[in-house]
Amino acid sequence: MVAEHAVWVYGEARDGRLTPSTRELISRAATLGSATVVLLGVRAEEAAENAGRHGTTAALVDPNPAYDQHLTTPAVEALCYLIRERRPHVLMFGASYHGRDVASRLAARLDCGIIANATEIERSGEDYRVTAPWGERTIATCELTFPGVRLVLFRSKAFSAEEKPSRCEVEEFQAPLSAEAKAVRIVETAEEESGGPSLSDAGVVVSGGRGLGDAESFRKVEELAQLLGGAVGASRGAVDAGWRPAADLVGQSGTTVKPSVYIACGISGAVQHMTGMKNAKVIVAINRDPDAPIFRSADLGIIGDVNKILPQLIEEVRRRKEW
Amino acid sequence: MRIVVCVKQVPDPSAVIYDIDKDTKRLVREGVPLALDPGDEVSLEQALRLSEATPDSTITVVSMGPEKATEAIRRALAMGAHEGVLVSDSQIAGSDALSTAKVLAAAISRGPYDIVYCASESSDGYTGMVPGMLAELLGLPLLSFVRHVEVQDGRITANRVIERGYQVIESSLPAVVSIWTGSDRARLPGLKGVMSAKRKPLEVLNLEELGLDPATVGESGARERVLELTDVEQRAAGIIVPDDGTGAARIADLLQKTGAV
Ligand SMILES: Cc1cc2nc3c(=O)[nH]c(=O)nc-3n(C[C@H](O)[C@H](O)[C@H](O)COP(=O)(O)OP(=O)(O)OC[C@H]3O[C@@H](n4cnc5c(N)ncnc54)[C@H](O)[C@@H]3O)c2cc1C
Ligand SMILES: Nc1ncnc2c1ncn2[C@@H]1O[C@H](COP(=O)(O)O)[C@@H](O)[C@H]1O
Repeated sequence: MVAEHAVWVYGEARDGRLTPSTRELISRAATLGSATVVLLGVRAEEAAENAGRHGTTAALVDPNPAYDQHLTTPAVEALCYLIRERRPHVLMFGASYHGRDVASRLAARLDCGIIANATEIERSGEDYRVTAPWGERTIATCELTFPGVRLVLFRSKAFSAEEKPSRCEVEEFQAPLSAEAKAVRIVETAEEESGGPSLSDAGVVVSGGRGLGDAESFRKVEELAQLLGGAVGASRGAVDAGWRPAADLVGQSGTTVKPSVYIACGISGAVQHMTGMKNAKVIVAINRDPDAPIFRSADLGIIGDVNKILPQLIEEVRRRKEW
Repeated sequence: MRIVVCVKQVPDPSAVIYDIDKDTKRLVREGVPLALDPGDEVSLEQALRLSEATPDSTITVVSMGPEKATEAIRRALAMGAHEGVLVSDSQIAGSDALSTAKVLAAAISRGPYDIVYCASESSDGYTGMVPGMLAELLGLPLLSFVRHVEVQDGRITANRVIERGYQVIESSLPAVVSIWTGSDRARLPGLKGVMSAKRKPLEVLNLEELGLDPATVGESGARERVLELTDVEQRAAGIIVPDDGTGAARIADLLQKTGAV
């Protein structure tokens, strides 16, 4: 029998609730060993209360407000402190903007390796093997060759969040934070509350691109998304034009989505866009250019004018829903 | 303002499918069109604007890669950067993100600087690990996923992209700034720029000249090993049809079949 390992997750919370990505990670961690989630910030305790629902047995929380007021480095110092004290085997991160910052800075501070973009992790004897896409047509299985904690940064949607209630022991700690940890101050945070599901979690994503022509036409994308109970996405063409906020960007620089259905309206399908959506189960594209690269990945592609087809599609969907 | 911009040469993402050589287990970089990473062009664009708005500014581009990467540096110089440094050494091949950051940190530390720009992630590796590592190794604040910056009286204020909106963040200088690759469009170098780029200083250094021990970087310093490579399952070809008036109905049929309606 292999020894039980301490598998940690760097947890993130929003408004006192675990983020979907954190719930995915702790669900997987609980299948690998004894799962501990680290939560930082004033509402950490509140978020920790739900961690047991996904099989976590321990939560380490530090409610210091410094984590909410300063970027990245306070979390790096706290993790460094905990790792030195308690020596976990694995520390899992989600590839949120904050997660990427903390993971990279921590890897340099510990002078250890890290595997980014991971999609799977498995036990292999006393160690771990991690899977990550590499290049556009290959998946690599890797191992870390350095001693010490295994740092792995996972893409969102690598795992699904499973309900598996267990008793979760919440332990409070206080990491000593240096003055340098407070180098970058968060002056203001502006978040949009969209009505429907969030882009990264939606089962249906309707995205619009420059091909829509103007902000007014983009309304049709919003209307269809709402009708299908989905989220609105955008290509950079649409974000650049100012039709949608940056937070809606799908792709390499934006959000990675993995819905059951992705509908691309007037989007050319540049590689940077495809990176973020090519794992959708079904891809539908509307584009008037038969040579648009998006058609190479589409399950159904309609060559035609998006501004003509979208209103018809909305009508069709509405009709069938009533029916 | 002394500005450093980290730039990388990559297989041209608009022209190449990124493939891995199964024998060397490395990205195929030979025999394919190469380009200055378009994400780095975006951060260079931001640096150029800051430099234009600030008297007495210089932009140094720093890169690590094979000799051929001088081409990417020349392009950055043609866009308006003032000088370039390339760290090139056969022993650097196979470097992981931390080794890359160590090499860049050593190259950057040779001279004074106020601000170091990176792109938030590269187009070929897209690990996005280098900016944070570089900041840590240089002992500097990191302002990440930034859309634009303002610099005043030795302090920097930046607009940072987050999942559902944005943040305003600020710190003192010097600092490392990673530019959100979705943030901007980069200028094209003009003919004058291309001509003057040929005369701008471009230094090529090896590890010894940088004072770095080869054992700590490159393949020998790598902290992870690829055990196995497998092919990704390709999507089956789809149905692509011109709209003859039934396009919307066809989509609706599919939505119904998948349960979305
Ligand atoms: C470093 C970097 C990172 C990037 N990251 C991202 C990213 O994360 N996400 C992203 O999306 N992009 C990203 N981009 C930009 C990307 O390369 C493309 O420029 C962008 O995706 C194009 O957006 P678009 O498809 O809306 O516009 P366009 O490329 O202009 O395409 C518009 C499409 O609409 C079609 N069209 C026009 N009119 C109609 C009509 N009436 N009916 C139907 N079709 C019509 C056209 O045929 C065309 O195919 C990045 C670029 C760089 C350099
Ligand atoms: N070899 C390199 N030379 C110069 N800059 C690099 C190199 N590798 C990474 N960078 C910088 O770090 C950014 C992020 O790269 P990465 O972490 O590899 O995704 C790049 O866009 C560059 O700005």
